[in-house]
Amino acid sequence: MGATAAPPPDDRSTVERPPRTRRRGLPFLLLLPGGLWLLLFFVVPSVQLAATSLYDRSGSLETGYRQAFAFGNYVDAVAEYWPHLLRSAGYAGIATVICLLLGYPLAYAIAQKAGRWRTLLLVCVIAPFFTTFLLRTLAWKSILSDNGPVVALWRALPFVPDDARLLATPVAVVAGLVYNFLPFMVLPLYASLERLDRRMLEASRDLYARPVATFRRVTLPLSMPGVVAGTLLTFIPATGDYINAELLGTPNQYMIGNVIDSAFLVRLDYPQAAALSFLLMATILVMVFSYLRAAGTEEVV
Amino acid sequence: MADTADLVLDHVTKRFGSFTAVDDLSLTVPQGSFFALLGASGCGKTTTLRTVAGLEEPTSGEIRLGDKVITHLRPYRRPVNTVFQSYALFPHLTVADNIAFGLRRRGIRKVAPKVGEMLELVQLAGFERRKPAQLSGGQQQRVALARALVNEPKVLLLDEPLGALDLKLRRQMQIELKRIQTEVGSTFLHVTHDQDEAMWMADTVAVMNKGRIEQLGAPTEIYEFPANPFVSNFLGQSNLFAAEVSGRSGDDLLLAAHGERFAAPAARARATGGPVWLGIRPEKVRLALPGEQVPPQHNQVRGVLTDTCYAGVSTEYLLRTPWGQEMSVFSANAMAGEPMVPGTEVVAHWYPAHSFVLDRPDGAGEEAPRYTADPLGVAP
Repeated sequence: MGATAAPPPDDRSTVERPPRTRRRGLPFLLLLPGGLWLLLFFVVPSVQLAATSLYDRSGSLETGYRQAFAFGNYVDAVAEYWPHLLRSAGYAGIATVICLLLGYPLAYAIAQKAGRWRTLLLVCVIAPFFTTFLLRTLAWKSILSDNGPVVALWRALPFVPDDARLLATPVAVVAGLVYNFLPFMVLPLYASLERLDRRMLEASRDLYARPVATFRRVTLPLSMPGVVAGTLLTFIPATGDYINAELLGTPNQYMIGNVIDSAFLVRLDYPQAAALSFLLMATILVMVFSYLRAAGTEEVV
Repeated sequence: MADTADLVLDHVTKRFGSFTAVDDLSLTVPQGSFFALLGASGCGKTTTLRTVAGLEEPTSGEIRLGDKVITHLRPYRRPVNTVFQSYALFPHLTVADNIAFGLRRRGIRKVAPKVGEMLELVQLAGFERRKPAQLSGGQQQRVALARALVNEPKVLLLDEPLGALDLKLRRQMQIELKRIQTEVGSTFLHVTHDQDEAMWMADTVAVMNKGRIEQLGAPTEIYEFPANPFVSNFLGQSNLFAAEVSGRSGDDLLLAAHGERFAAPAARARATGGPVWLGIRPEKVRLALPGEQVPPQHNQVRGVLTDTCYAGVSTEYLLRTPWGQEMSVFSANAMAGEPMVPGTEVVAHWYPAHSFVLDRPDGAGEEAPRYTADPLGVAP
C-alpha cells in the first residue's frame, strides 16, 4: 500500500505547527523549579565551600578570612586525618555488607513469600523513621551498656573475656550504622525483588537449576538494580555519619564526620573543615564510580 | 531396562483449596507422540502440564515416565522441559546463554556446538549474542523452544506456546513445531485452547473440561464421532437435534425428531435407544430449494435462511427450522453462483451415514447445548 498511502498535503498540518514549538520549551519549564533549587542550595554552597577550603587558615571569624588559594590545606587535612577517612570508609563498608546480608533475605521474604502480611512487614521496616534518628541511637547506648543483657550474653560465650564490652568499641559503631541504615537497603531491594517474575524462577527450576543455582544465576542478577541502589543508599550516608561514632564510640572510633563536625563547630577551623568535606565528597565519588563500573550496571543508574 | 518412556498419569487429582483443577485424570502419552491437551481456559489443562513439569504437586495420584515414578520429584530432577506460555526467557542472558542454561546446570562443559546446532534447528543461527529484548515474539518463541529442546528431554511440555503470536506466524510455527518434533523424536505434550492448532499438529488429542478428559483419540476420530455434546461443539461445530430412537432398519437406527423422521448408522451411535441427540456437522449438510431433487434416502430438514455469511472458501448459512432451532450449514464455494439470500426457503439434507447419535440423558431437555471453544467467536 506504500504508493497509495502518501496522504495529500493537508492545510491542517501547517495550522498545527505553532503548538508544537511551544511544547518544545515545556521540558525546560518543568526543570526550572528543581534547577533553581539545586542552583541555590547545592551549586552556590558548593562553590562557597570550595572557596572556603582554600582560605588562609591563619584567619578567624573575628579577623576575617583571606582567599589565599591555599591548596596546602588539603595536604594538611590528609596528613592529619587520613586514619579517620580510612576508618569512615571501613566502617561504612562493613556496615553496608552486613546490611546487604541482613536486608536481602528480609526483602526477599517480604516481596515473594509474605502474602497478605506484606504491607504490615513493610510498615515495620519503615516504622523506625517515626522516631528521631538521635533517640534511636541513644537507645542503642542502653541496649549495649556494660550491665545490659546483650553484653551479659556476649560475655557468656566461650572465648569471650568476662570484662568484654560492646559499647565504645568499633562493634557498637558498626552495629549502630547497620541499624540506622538497614531500611535504606531493604526498600530498594524490596522494590526490585517484588518485580521479580516468578516464571523466571520456574523456568530456572525446569532447566535443572537447584535452588542455590537459581539464586545465583537468576534471582541475584535480576535483582542487581536493587542491590546497587541499596548499597549506594547505605554506603554514602554511612560514610559521612558521625552520630553513631559520637554516641556509641569513643574518640578512637571517630569517623571523618566527627572531625568535620568539630572543625566547624568546636575548633572553628573553617578552611580545614571545608577541605575535609570536599575530600569526603571526592572519596565517595571515586568509590561509587569504581563500584558502578565493577557492578556493570550502567543501564541501571 | 524397559525401552518405553511413555508418560502415564494415573488418577491424578489436583485441588487448590476447595477448587478441583484436575479431577482424577488418567492418561497415557505414548513415547514419541505429539499429544495435545485441548480445552477452554480454566479447564485444568495447564495444571495438568505443571504437575508433569513438577511445578505443581498432585493432591493425589501418580505420574510415571517409563517405569520411573516422578510424582514428587523436584522439577530439576525430571528429564522433562517446558516451553512456557510467556517464554520466560532470562532477560539478563544472551540467546546463547539462555539456551546453554540447562546444559551448564547439568555440568556439561562444551556447550557451544550444541547451542549452535539448536539455533540451526530453530533457524536462528547468528543470533547467539542478542538479548531476548532484541528479538521479536516469534524469535523469542524459537529461543524458548531451543532452550528446552537442547536438553533432549524425554517429554517436552508446551504451554500454549503459540498463544502470543499473530495468526500468520502461528501457522508458520505450527508447521515448524511439527517438523522439529519429527526431527528430534521426543514426546511433545502440547497444551492449547485452539482446536485448529490441536487438530493440525497432534497425533492424539485429549479434550478436557472441568478437570476431566471428555474424549481422547486421533483428531479425525474425535471430529467424526464425538463422544458427547460438549466435544461435538468444542472441536468444530455440530447441529444437534433432540430425537427419540423409534426403531431399526438393518444397520441403521431410525429416529424421530420434531415430527420428522431421520436415519443414522447404528455404528455411529453412542446410544441405541431412548432420547438421543442426532448430530450433523455443518459442512456435511447441503441446501436445496424446495422442489429441487433431493436424493431420496437423505435426511431432510426444511427451513428458512436467517443469515448468510460469505467467508471466502465457504459460505456459512444459518437457517431456522420449523420448530425454531437454528441450524448452521457450511457450503464450499466450489461452484459459480451467488450465495442464497436470507429469507429463502430451503431444504437442508445430508447423507445419513454422516450423522452421529449421542446419548441424551433424561431431563437434559430439548434445547441443543451450546459450547464454544472460542468465546469471542474469532476462530473460523
